Amino acid sequence: MNVPTIVRIQEADFDLNAELTALRAGDARIGALASFVGLVRDINDGAGVSEMTLEHYPGMTEKALTAIVDEAKTRWDIYGALVIHRVGPLQPCDQIVLVAVTSAHRGEAFAACEFIMDYLKTRAPFWKRETTPDGARWVDARDSDDSAAERWQ
Amino acid sequence: MSVKILYFAGLREALGRASENVELPAGIHTVGALRDWLAGQGRDKLASAKNLRCAVNQDMAGPDAAIRDGDEIAFFPPVTGG
Repeated sequence: MNVPTIVRIQEADFDLNAELTALRAGDARIGALASFVGLVRDINDGAGVSEMTLEHYPGMTEKALTAIVDEAKTRWDIYGALVIHRVGPLQPCDQIVLVAVTSAHRGEAFAACEFIMDYLKTRAPFWKRETTPDGARWVDARDSDDSAAERWQ
Repeated sequence: MSVKILYFAGLREALGRASENVELPAGIHTVGALRDWLAGQGRDKLASAKNLRCAVNQDMAGPDAAIRDGDEIAFFPPVTGG
């Protein structure tokens, strides 16, 4: 069986059910599929957010995400992994990111999915700019994201 | 040697440019030395920005990382995706 690693950066929205169905299609070894979806909130650091724009570093972003998935594959016995991250203008309630992992049992799938997400937050070159009533601002990195990634080291 | 420099997010906005090709004087062989030299060329934000990150040829790199002719070197704020 091939082990798919799929990394996509796109402006368009994604169909959650279609993506998850495709990731596990025809592979009867898979007993677990864990997924995470990140969404645009309408409030951040005490201010209302009416729009968010995501910027990335074409080339490096794909390379960094592929390296993160490869690292997950060395740590856990997983079959397939999918990362879709949107860029460009987004509105509150929009989907931003999907991480999904397949494996024989839930433990590997849950752990690998959380690991990929924690590393994505601290190592993949994306930047959020949000529009608030006081104007636009770049979102600051959070210490809690660094702490989450350090748990895996 | 000459290198291509890229800037992203708030740093790109503060500097008013996304990229530039620069010819380096002799003696600039690391990311840290490059940053200091660029800051001295009027890119003031490179001196004052906190926690600035760097990548050499699309891999994360620290201030001691070596740079070579033709490299693509990017400076950017801490990442905030996801």
